[in-house]
Amino acid sequence: MHLVYPVVVAALLFSAGVYGVLARRNAILVLMSAELMLNAVNLNLVAFDVWLRDRLHGGQVLTLFTIVIAAAEVGLGLAIVLLVFRNRETIDIDSLQTLQESREGE
Amino acid sequence: MTTLDVVFVLLGVVAVGAAVLVVTTRQLVHAALWLVVSFGALAGGYLMLTAEFVAWVQVLIYVGAVVVLLLFGIMLTRAPIGRSADLDSGNRWAALAVALATAGVLVTVLVRGFRTAYAPLDVAGQGAAKPLGESVFRIWVLPFEVLSVLLLAALVGAIVLSRREI
Repeated sequence: MHLVYPVVVAALLFSAGVYGVLARRNAILVLMSAELMLNAVNLNLVAFDVWLRDRLHGGQVLTLFTIVIAAAEVGLGLAIVLLVFRNRETIDIDSLQTLQESREGE
Repeated sequence: MTTLDVVFVLLGVVAVGAAVLVVTTRQLVHAALWLVVSFGALAGGYLMLTAEFVAWVQVLIYVGAVVVLLLFGIMLTRAPIGRSADLDSGNRWAALAVALATAGVLVTVLVRGFRTAYAPLDVAGQGAAKPLGESVFRIWVLPFEVLSVLLLAALVGAIVLSRREI
């Protein structure tokens, strides 16, 4: 298989994830977009592992590790989102502005 | 272009299309369901790349666990069923510009760099459970153990965060 196909698919998936992280307001949708970006990286790892014929299977093992880390990340992220929802009644990222720098030096 | 390439390109189109729908749909639950389609197509792509164990782990953990967790999160935050108008923030066009620029740069660089690279897929069973398990438990055993400690820490952290009184 030509290496171009998996690599280009991974690049497009990553860009979709970038758009989602930047454009969405719901915190859970931002988490989903981050998962898309992680998946793009995984596809790259597998493709390069197959291309280089790594005897240690470094790419595929690293993909498994990334999947595990992504699962941990989504669990913790959802716990934080639920905590924010319990305290603020909203998970709209644009309205969580407590740490924002105050404008015109108030 | 072999049959394998054609199948992979089709799966890639499905994965990217579903991903675009995830980040553009107006219904929260639909975003999670399109995520299932995208991850499933990617698992098919891993199968095409002879990484069968990674493909099954992808199906088990991403489609099975992560999406269910996200659906739980959607339900617990009392998301509205049906269309909601305020899922996109005001800087949508800037985000679109950044994403298109990222895609352009990445695709240009990667196509120029790997235009002639060819990965022959003639060795069967390279990504089966046996060789992968051998390398995980021989060479990569220290990162594996560190990862288990990390998972334990994440578990404790999630419990501490979601309990009401400690």
